[in-house]
Amino acid sequence: MSDVVEKTLIALPGLFDSQTGAAKITNRLKQLIKSITELTSKHEEENLIKQELTAMKEQVSSPNTTMKQMREIMVRAMYCEMLGYDASFTYIHAIKLAQQGGVLEKRVGYLAVSLFLNEGHELLLLLVNTVLKDLQSTNLIEVCMALTVVAQEFPKDMIPAVLPLVEEKLSHPKEIIRRKAVLALYKFYLIAPNQVQHIHGKFRKALCDKDPGVMTSSLHIYLQLIRENPDSYKDLTGSFVTILKQVVGGKLPIDFNYHNVPAPWLQIQLLRILSLLGREDQSTSELMYEVLDESLRRAEMNHNITYAILYECVKAIYTIQPKAELLEKAARCIGNFVLSPKINLKYLGLKALTYVVQHDAKLALQHQMTIIECLDHSDFTIKRETLELLFRITNAQNVMVIVEKMLDFLRVCNDDHTVIHLVGKVAELAEKFAPDNSWFIQTMNDVFSIGGDLLQQDVPNNFLRMMAEGSESMEEDEQLRLYAVESYLSVLNGDCSHLPQRFLQVMSWVLGEYSHLQEDLDPREVIHLLMKLLDHRRVSLETRVWLLSALTKLCEGHTDLILDLSESLSSSQDTVLRQQAHELRLLSQDSQIHGWALPRGATWDSMEVDSSLSFLDGFVSEALAAGAAPYKPPHQRHEELCEERALSLEPYVFSLPVSLSSCSITDRQSPTLPSVTSELSDNSTDLLQKAGSSALIFEGVKRVWGKDGYLPQKETTGIAPPVEESSTAVLAPIQQRAAEMLEPQPEPLQQNQEKQQLASSLFVGLGAQSSMSLLGKSEAPPPRFRRKPRLHDSSSSSSTSEKSSESSHSSRSTADSFLYGNLLEEEPATSISSFNHAPKSATANHSQANGLGQNKDIVSMEADRQANTSQILGSDMVIVRPNKLQDRYPTRVVSDLSTLIPSDLKDLPHSDVISLTSDPSLSLSSCRVFKDEALLLVIFISNCTETTIKDVAVQLNCGELETASLRGNVMDYLEENSTSVCHYTLLMNDPQTQVSFTGTVSYQTQPGHTNTLMFSGTLSTVDFIRPLVVSTEEYGKMWLSFSHDVKQNLKLLTDAGDSLRSTLNVVKETLQLHIVDIIGSEGIVACRLLSGAPCLLHCRVNGEALAVWLRSSLPALPDCILYHCQKALAEH
Amino acid sequence: MLGNVSSVEVRSPRMIRFLLLFSRQGKLRLQKWFTPVSDRDKKKIIRDITHMVLARPPKACNFLQWRDLKVVYRRYASLYFCCGLEQEDNELLTLELLHRYVELLDQYFGNVCELDIIFNFEKAYYILDEFVIGGEMQETSKVSVAKSMEEADSLQETMEEYLNKPTY
Repeated sequence: MSDVVEKTLIALPGLFDSQTGAAKITNRLKQLIKSITELTSKHEEENLIKQELTAMKEQVSSPNTTMKQMREIMVRAMYCEMLGYDASFTYIHAIKLAQQGGVLEKRVGYLAVSLFLNEGHELLLLLVNTVLKDLQSTNLIEVCMALTVVAQEFPKDMIPAVLPLVEEKLSHPKEIIRRKAVLALYKFYLIAPNQVQHIHGKFRKALCDKDPGVMTSSLHIYLQLIRENPDSYKDLTGSFVTILKQVVGGKLPIDFNYHNVPAPWLQIQLLRILSLLGREDQSTSELMYEVLDESLRRAEMNHNITYAILYECVKAIYTIQPKAELLEKAARCIGNFVLSPKINLKYLGLKALTYVVQHDAKLALQHQMTIIECLDHSDFTIKRETLELLFRITNAQNVMVIVEKMLDFLRVCNDDHTVIHLVGKVAELAEKFAPDNSWFIQTMNDVFSIGGDLLQQDVPNNFLRMMAEGSESMEEDEQLRLYAVESYLSVLNGDCSHLPQRFLQVMSWVLGEYSHLQEDLDPREVIHLLMKLLDHRRVSLETRVWLLSALTKLCEGHTDLILDLSESLSSSQDTVLRQQAHELRLLSQDSQIHGWALPRGATWDSMEVDSSLSFLDGFVSEALAAGAAPYKPPHQRHEELCEERALSLEPYVFSLPVSLSSCSITDRQSPTLPSVTSELSDNSTDLLQKAGSSALIFEGVKRVWGKDGYLPQKETTGIAPPVEESSTAVLAPIQQRAAEMLEPQPEPLQQNQEKQQLASSLFVGLGAQSSMSLLGKSEAPPPRFRRKPRLHDSSSSSSTSEKSSESSHSSRSTADSFLYGNLLEEEPATSISSFNHAPKSATANHSQANGLGQNKDIVSMEADRQANTSQILGSDMVIVRPNKLQDRYPTRVVSDLSTLIPSDLKDLPHSDVISLTSDPSLSLSSCRVFKDEALLLVIFISNCTETTIKDVAVQLNCGELETASLRGNVMDYLEENSTSVCHYTLLMNDPQTQVSFTGTVSYQTQPGHTNTLMFSGTLSTVDFIRPLVVSTEEYGKMWLSFSHDVKQNLKLLTDAGDSLRSTLNVVKETLQLHIVDIIGSEGIVACRLLSGAPCLLHCRVNGEALAVWLRSSLPALPDCILYHCQKALAEH
Repeated sequence: MLGNVSSVEVRSPRMIRFLLLFSRQGKLRLQKWFTPVSDRDKKKIIRDITHMVLARPPKACNFLQWRDLKVVYRRYASLYFCCGLEQEDNELLTLELLHRYVELLDQYFGNVCELDIIFNFEKAYYILDEFVIGGEMQETSKVSVAKSMEEADSLQETMEEYLNKPTY
């Protein structure tokens, strides 16, 4: 116990007697605290608190306890909770106290509630009435307390109850109430933004409040709103600038000053808002140059708070559109930070530099010596921040030194979180800039051994994927793999007991896959090594599985070595190991099967995953024929079980368009209704699952993006031209000065030289880069390991998203554009000029630019097309589909554009070209091309002006569909009066009767002015339905295997002779179904959703109606198709 | 387990996550959580952070990294004031926010010492509630905070007198 505390405690009675009432304490609490301070052991404390709690429990449950006593108990309970003991029995009494007590008790009660109960606590529900009452109280203090608690911890579902009252408080005469109300609304906005949408106008009133405190509070809301959507608040820029001017000029009441600095928190808030508003917006930025300059100038006093303001100022200056003069001042400011002897300022300087080098890498050069010093700083925090900075300035020339520094740090660092964070960065740098194979493998070895098993799973995954997929040059790949094998053999030959599991897994996979590449290596040696590991006690079960897979790949012809092992493992407790051991034995004995199952050196492109398990079809249909029940997925079985017991109460998640009810609800036979409900609720779970999986995929896409596209470079190219002159001008004198400063200190020369050497190796490339960026090409060296674009072979969603990321990468990566310089000018291959070329040259061009994989892509697309046309011919379908959906688009039909459909798509059935939207510069049209496995949305972007439009980027969003951009969605130039084409592949996984898509095109008519044009449109299921050509027998088998069915009576067209046939023909024409067979009064029809789930229709003439029975493997598909059938017949 | 510490409030990346006051012996004197944190995580955070901060040498940088949060701390006599905040936030500003809080305490208690906070911790909470709400600075004017405290207290005094009367 501290002496001070003890001494003071002795003097306690006197101390407290002399104090005024404000600091008066309750007797019991005083006793408690005092006795706790006197205790010597934790154990005694526990006992004492236990006694105390028991006494309190008794007191609270006694009816004689007065409110005043209760208040005192509550304070003690708070104290106990703070010490870490559980006093949850008092929670309910805290609420009671807030409810029933006088102002004094309320205050304690509310405080206890806010300390005890988390936002999600169920007891909070009991507080709603109290809060409502207090909000309406005439006592200001009660209102204040209620608002405080509301702003602190009101859960989402309780907001509507208090919202009107809080809103009302915005016009309360007392500023403290208004201020608290604004903050409460801010909290509501954070928790449930849609609930406060209607009061945005009142936020503006709060911003104009005469009380500076209320105005300051409203800035929290605006910062958040502007962060989410800067464009809607550009008109407020002037007001914010005026406010900041007044604040900086000292116009606020003096009590807002903090150490003579006028309202620093307010200033910083405004600076943050301004930087968000001025970002990528020249005209808005211009409004704030003056006030930013003023802020920089005024903040000259030497106090922490002014530095905090300066830091925000610098950040703002570098975020908005650059202005040379300001940048110069900001750079000097950063210099002051970095060179400051105060460690906190140094830290902030490094942080500012880290932010700034993303825009202007040369600034790091000016401070290289300081950075080197910080690298060896004794303070862990500074070191870590320096590494963060180095990570930002890494390029191909300095990567080895920087990675070495990071690894050095990692070796002595013992904070798990930091290790994981930095190791990921090292892996990223290694992959991006590795100068050669041996360095890369060595670095990755370090990454795996340092990162250990904490390492994020995507590091080994990415590494292995790169190994497997390889780059563009086969030779390089072989080299890399060979080197990896060599390196791992030497690692495994040493002591490997300490190696992390992840590393062992990576090594075993690489050895299994590639050890055959090393010709002079005896496979038996590898097998021995792997088997040795298997015996090791520290090796986890998961790693054993990896090891066994590797052995399985290698075992061919070495049965003698394997037998013992597989024998001993086949009695293992673990079923996976047992199965693998079994496989291992069989495969090692039969080289033919081995070669077939695990072909050596097979390319990964040809790997196909049959996710539908179609190879089991035969087995399934046999079983079905033998009378087995059709398979039902678990959730359906569960549904049915529930259904037996009770009605399904789940709400309709999946909603059909209203027109459905108008045209068909009466047609529905009542017995089918329950089944429909079940399908729908069923579907809701499916939708959820799907949503989850698609979200995951998007994450994956993003990650790949981050790895390959070095984000800063995009920004630098954007800002480059104006910065250049100024900062080179700044650079020269400062460098000179730095040199001068270094020269007259010959004493610590030795040390200095070392540092300078380090500096030259660390900052190499930054200078070169700056000269390069004059040419507008900032990031010079191409990444060493370029992933090969993958062939899209399976229809599984992951591969499609993969492809999208690859292709978008290849079209955007600046590294590509650098490498393929002039080739690229024609690269958005679909630009009109290249259309006039012979198609072959366009293809050649394309394949050169995008590498081998893309070429294959085209070939496979051609193959698809052939397959497609043959199928179309087989099902005697018209090539150009008549499309009724056009009627929905009121806009004019742009027919001449259809000639611009890329040649490889021309032969596919497609819709007419319709206009989407237009503005004075661009007009957009679209056309749907019905590919067999996807819907292609071809978007035509026409430049209607007489000038070239730059940086055209198309973005398409559709939550319900899976979208992938094929090509051409980003163009550097769009010549005058020309048209460019971009494609999107759309896949529908969850059937919807109708989906709408939205999108934006951003472009620049003149530099710095980015315009956006929005477009939208709708697609229906019909666009995604393809005929399914099956024989009657196949149809029968499929029919039995599907479980989701819907029955419905449809209108029968009786005007023609054969009513069944004519009705089916109408449906077929609109919906692209395949009529399998018509026998008497029955007809069977089949279709599928793209190349995915089939839907079978069984139609029977039943008097005046057509009874249709639909079955599908997808729950919602029958409903969608039914809807469109009804629509088609109704419109006929 | 602690993953949710950082992911709960994705929408507001610039607020203070928590404020802790602890003594040189590592005894917690005040804790305020501005985002929902489970009790288990609270204990873990308190333990980790007091451990980290107390191990810092004097004159070291006042900023620390804890998992994905920044920790800003400052020592006043025997008491450490400590804030957890987002990566993006301005550490220096938060340091001054702590200082402002100490100033407010000082103004209220008159030459504040650790004992004032130990024995009147609920008052320290009240002041904090007037100063910071939900992790955002509520009132930057020192005078206003003092005034609202005074108002509430004056009421308290009269109530107390009134209530005390019948008991004697």
